[in-house]
Amino acid sequence: MLSSQQKDATTPTWETFFSEQARACRDPALQQFYATDMPDPETPIRDVEMMALDFETTGMDHHRHAIVSIGMVPFTLRTIRPNAGHYWVVRPQRPLDEASIIFHRITHAEVADAPDLNEVLDEVLDALAGRLAVVHFRHIERPFLDTAVVSRRGERCLFPVIDTMALEARQQRHGWLSRLKAFFGGTPVSIRLADSRTRYGLPAYSSHHAKLDALATAELLQAQIATHYSPETPVGDLWS
Amino acid sequence: MEAEVREIRDHIGQFPPFESLSEELLDEVAQSVEVAYFKSGSTVQEYGEPIESLRYVRSGAIEVYRHNGELYNRLSEGDILGHTGLMHQRRARFPAKAIEDTLLYMIPAQVFDRLCSADDNFADFVELSGPRLQSTVQQNERENDMMVTRVRRLLGRSPVSIEESASVGEAARRMTESQVSSILLLSASGAEDEKAFVGTDGGHWRLTGILTDQDLRIRVLAAEGTTDTRLADIKHERLVTIQSDEAVYEAMMAMLRNNVHHLPVLHRRRPVGVVHLSDIVRYETHSSLYLVSNIFNQSSVKGLERLMPDVRAAFVRLVEEGATSKMVGQAMSSIGRSLIRRLIELAEAEIGPPPVPYCFMVNGSMARNEQSISTDQDNALIIDDSFIPEEHDAWFADLAKRVSDGLDACGYTYCTGGIMGTNPKWRQPLSVWKRYFDEWISDPDPERLLHSSIFFDLEAVHGEERFVEQLQDQVAAKGQQSPLFLAAMARNALNRTPPLGFFRTFVMEQDGKHNNSINIKRRGTAPLVDVIRVHAIAVGSRAQNSFDRLDDISEAKSLPAGQTDKLRYALEFIAMVRVRHQAYELKHDQKPDNNIEPEKVSDGERHNLKDAFQVLSNAQKFLRFRYPMPSR
Repeated sequence: MLSSQQKDATTPTWETFFSEQARACRDPALQQFYATDMPDPETPIRDVEMMALDFETTGMDHHRHAIVSIGMVPFTLRTIRPNAGHYWVVRPQRPLDEASIIFHRITHAEVADAPDLNEVLDEVLDALAGRLAVVHFRHIERPFLDTAVVSRRGERCLFPVIDTMALEARQQRHGWLSRLKAFFGGTPVSIRLADSRTRYGLPAYSSHHAKLDALATAELLQAQIATHYSPETPVGDLWS
Repeated sequence: MEAEVREIRDHIGQFPPFESLSEELLDEVAQSVEVAYFKSGSTVQEYGEPIESLRYVRSGAIEVYRHNGELYNRLSEGDILGHTGLMHQRRARFPAKAIEDTLLYMIPAQVFDRLCSADDNFADFVELSGPRLQSTVQQNERENDMMVTRVRRLLGRSPVSIEESASVGEAARRMTESQVSSILLLSASGAEDEKAFVGTDGGHWRLTGILTDQDLRIRVLAAEGTTDTRLADIKHERLVTIQSDEAVYEAMMAMLRNNVHHLPVLHRRRPVGVVHLSDIVRYETHSSLYLVSNIFNQSSVKGLERLMPDVRAAFVRLVEEGATSKMVGQAMSSIGRSLIRRLIELAEAEIGPPPVPYCFMVNGSMARNEQSISTDQDNALIIDDSFIPEEHDAWFADLAKRVSDGLDACGYTYCTGGIMGTNPKWRQPLSVWKRYFDEWISDPDPERLLHSSIFFDLEAVHGEERFVEQLQDQVAAKGQQSPLFLAAMARNALNRTPPLGFFRTFVMEQDGKHNNSINIKRRGTAPLVDVIRVHAIAVGSRAQNSFDRLDDISEAKSLPAGQTDKLRYALEFIAMVRVRHQAYELKHDQKPDNNIEPEKVSDGERHNLKDAFQVLSNAQKFLRFRYPMPSR
């Protein structure tokens, strides 16, 4: 884990990683991405510009599956701006299986006409530059994007994210009471996006769609900060 | 359109004032929305703080306060906040706090401005109380034209038809089997025929005529035709039809103009039924006019009692056809008065003529022409001053009892407060009544004020109308000259207050407490009528109906500009909610009452009701200030 509490010599901070990448990268879009300032870990979350990010993929394994759609919604602790967000459908290099069609309602035809991720990658990186990514379950968006960028541009694409699922796990699974329950064989509380939202009185959304899920994730983070943290919480305590 | 915009749009589009927006405007709103989460207990806006957006409650609940901290409103899913502030220097007019975890959609001020200028409904809605209520009431009035009942309302069964190539005999058999007095004639036709419709068999058909019982007599039997005669050979040259969305009135006119008794009814080109003159006549018999004449044809209380289902049907029909509350009140009151008149005629036929002249008067809602369907009786007798109790009272007591019992049998229950001619106190000569009125005005106490509020709405039903007129004159002349009386009446009019509004499935009281239902008469129409009565007496109005009284008040300019209109719209709206509720209950075989459950109140009605309650509440506050207690 990379965070403000672990600044020993052997673990690079996100700041040093970004400045090294900005120097090392040959790809102009990635160079620009890394050259844009990331907030310092001590910055209060209230001052941080964030970007909720959600991918629909053909499966869970970034080595075998591919990105189908990308949704982004910019926000701060004060407002979420879906109208300033983005949405792309891209053509996966691997075929779309039936199960994921049912899940995402993105069809073969839509995907067939869509561009390859490479064609929209510059826009994606530009939108993300300087904004802290917020995802629900960090083991999808970050590795999938990294893998896709490596295969197309030959360079890494890594960045800090706030994972609302991890924040939810801190609350729901790490307390002594939940450990005790788990010890006695209780079912752990669900920390999936929809279930987590319910705990904060957030409405249920009707469908799965990358941009809608990005909006849902942004709303969840606002609720989590309002409930368990404060606007003053340093961003370094929240990202990973 | 992206999924999240659709999601936002689908939600916003369910609630007023967005529900009536055009698709384009609704899309524009949904695309402009920004989102924010407020933890329960957190501040949504402070008084006077700059605001840049209209807030829409997507989920959760918000409490809104007045500047002085008093509870103003409680908002839940679908409600909006900030419109007043946006129109007043873009600063929050009411502080607000989340009382549950709340998700707000924020619609930017520029979009709000555009909605206000592009959509009149929206503009009316966000402008507080006056215009919103006003436009709703005016819209109802526009739609109330009695001409608008559609022909399709009269249709019972689907039409019976036969091919015109068939014989007269076959047609007669089919008419007999189906028990109809007319049959439609069809001929097969091609898809290209512009008068063709697609039948249930999938084929293309064309309506070519109608054959009636009368045609069988005139065109077949009298013309010495046989059962083998082809229908096509005897059909009328011309076919008169009517579209199903035409007014009943038009159907009647079409029959009169063309001298036909059967009209095929079409939906576009497809026949959907046949109206017969008798359908129209039957429809008309539910009208209150017909009822009134029928009341006078009854020769017994039993007969009158049997008319009561018709009275209820007439009430439901008036409401469903969009009559205004004044029309409903007038119709119900004239039915009630006719009933009393007939009861008196029946009584006098048995007990003989009155020993001295008298007037049978009604009070309360019937006197004001504001009667509804579930009501008790308020009546009294004013007898000529030649009245000698020992000699004459037995006759009047008998009369009062017969009328009162008859009314009770017809559903106008006995007055629990004893405001009936059967009570000796309310069966008195004119001079005693004048003394009563004089005492009530010059020296009001709680009991006398109660009497004033009942008896100062008075109208003659039978007998010497001049007796009632003299009393009306007395109220008009004396009432306005007595500041003490006006102040006391004003105080008395504050006894029953409206609630603040609704919150989800509850009625929300001024102190924030919740109730499950509201008595719309006690908490709405009655206190409004009380307020109006005080102003009316103060300007020396002789009108009895609250709307007529408002005209007099307006003319006398005794209220700040616009106030009488606000009271008018508030009364009309609350009264309509009440009669619609009662019509609904009657239609569902329930006993009509005045208790309204919030879940039965539509979103649009909620906002208007809240405004109307606000008008009443403000009017009550103003009353205290307008008619202060004189220092003795």
